[in-house]
Parts: sequence; C-alpha cells; structure tokens
Amino acid sequence: MLLMKIREIAEILDARVVCGEESIDRDINCGFASDLMSDVLTLDSEHLALITGLANMQVVRTAEMADVNCIVFVRNKIVSPEMREVAAENDMVLLECKYSMFNTIGMLFQAGLQPVY
Amino acid sequence: MEFNYEVEGGNFAKAGNAASSVKKVLKQLNVDPKVIKRVVVALYEGEVNVVAHAYKGNIMVDIDTARIFIRIQDEGPGIPDIDLAMTVGYSTASAMVREMGFGAGMGLPNMKRNADSLKLSSKVGEGTIVELTTNLSK
Repeated sequence: MLLMKIREIAEILDARVVCGEESIDRDINCGFASDLMSDVLTLDSEHLALITGLANMQVVRTAEMADVNCIVFVRNKIVSPEMREVAAENDMVLLECKYSMFNTIGMLFQAGLQPVY
Repeated sequence: MEFNYEVEGGNFAKAGNAASSVKKVLKQLNVDPKVIKRVVVALYEGEVNVVAHAYKGNIMVDIDTARIFIRIQDEGPGIPDIDLAMTVGYSTASAMVREMGFGAGMGLPNMKRNADSLKLSSKVGEGTIVELTTNLSK
C-alpha cells in the first residue's frame, strides 16, 4: 500500500498547516471525504486523512473519537481557535485548503492516496 | 470506578466533552485502543443524540475489570417507536443538527454496532434511557 506523508498532502493541495506542524511527517494510509460525521464514525481504518467541507467543533470531536489525526478542510473553510485547541490536545494535524472538495479529492487520488473502500 | 457527566440539550459547542473525558480515562487505564474507540464512538453518538433531541441529560460510566457500563439518561420528548428509531436512515433531527454533520439516522444503529449490548427504553413526553455494555474480559 502506498503511504503518503501529511507534508505531501499539504504540498499537493497548497494547503496551510494550521495545527500540528510538528507532526506533518506522519504517514497516512488512506483518505475519506465526507461532510457527514455519522459516516466518519462508522470507519475502522487507521492513519486516515479526513477531507471535509464542514468546519465546526463536531468535526474535531468526531476525529478525536474515530482516532483520525489529520483533517483537510476544503473550500476555504476556516478553523476556529477552539477547534485548533481541541485538535492540538489530541495531537491532530489540521490543513486548510482553497480547492473544492471534488478538486481536492481528485488531486490526492491522482497522487496515489488510497480510498477507504 | 464511576464517573458522571451532565449534558445540555441544544449545546453543540459542548457535545463530545463527556466522550472526550472518558477517552482520557480509558487511555490512562491502558484499555486496548480498539476497545476505547468502540466505547467512545458509541458514547459520543449517544451524547450527540441528547444534545440533538433532549432538554438535558446525564451520562453515568461505570468501569470495572470485566466491563464498561454506560447509562445515558435524558429528559426529552422520548421515542414513540423504538424499532423505527433503530432503523438505519430514519431520523427526526432538525436542520441545525444536520448542519453539524449528524441527523442521518445512523446514531443508534452505530451505537448498537459498537457495543456488546444496547438496551433502550423510552417514555414519550418524559425521556429516554440507553444502556451500553462493552466487555473487557478476553
């Protein structure tokens, strides 16, 4: 399986690392894109990057419960200071990216990031 | 070892505080990470349900060497048809809840999937009690 570092994801997407800069050399196994947190909570994958257009505290809480430690926020969504605080407590990397969900996923897929299913 | 948490209905900013706190406790107790994930996902879904549907609630978590027992009790509208509520895709969630990324009718089924046993009782106009048990013994 092709692993991808969070650093590579950030470079491909020209994304801003807004939390967890020190952990961007971590490996990611696969990506999952959803604005529905209930779907994220059904996953068993490890070392997953969550790609979402939803930017609220429940995205970070969902990631915390589901052991997701990398979240990519698409469509220019902005991470709030409260979200950053909880993400930092849980050792997560948060990326903000300007592309649409479709474009973001396409670029990551083309670069070899694997889907969950 | 018993822990109690209060949950405010409608307050999405705090939804997940109880599950987050329980996750820290279970990590300190060196519980298997796979078990921790199942427990906290089920608890978080339950906590979100209280925030989404009830006026207020209480979460009790009791941990011993054999099992983790969680009781989520709320004062709220109750569930008129439990079988229907357990059906994947059925939801009575508001637009606000959906904007938060929930309300797809997956919460209760996902709680059931992640617990070794789930007991649900409800009185319309009074509230709902969900009891989750996760076994720890190998």
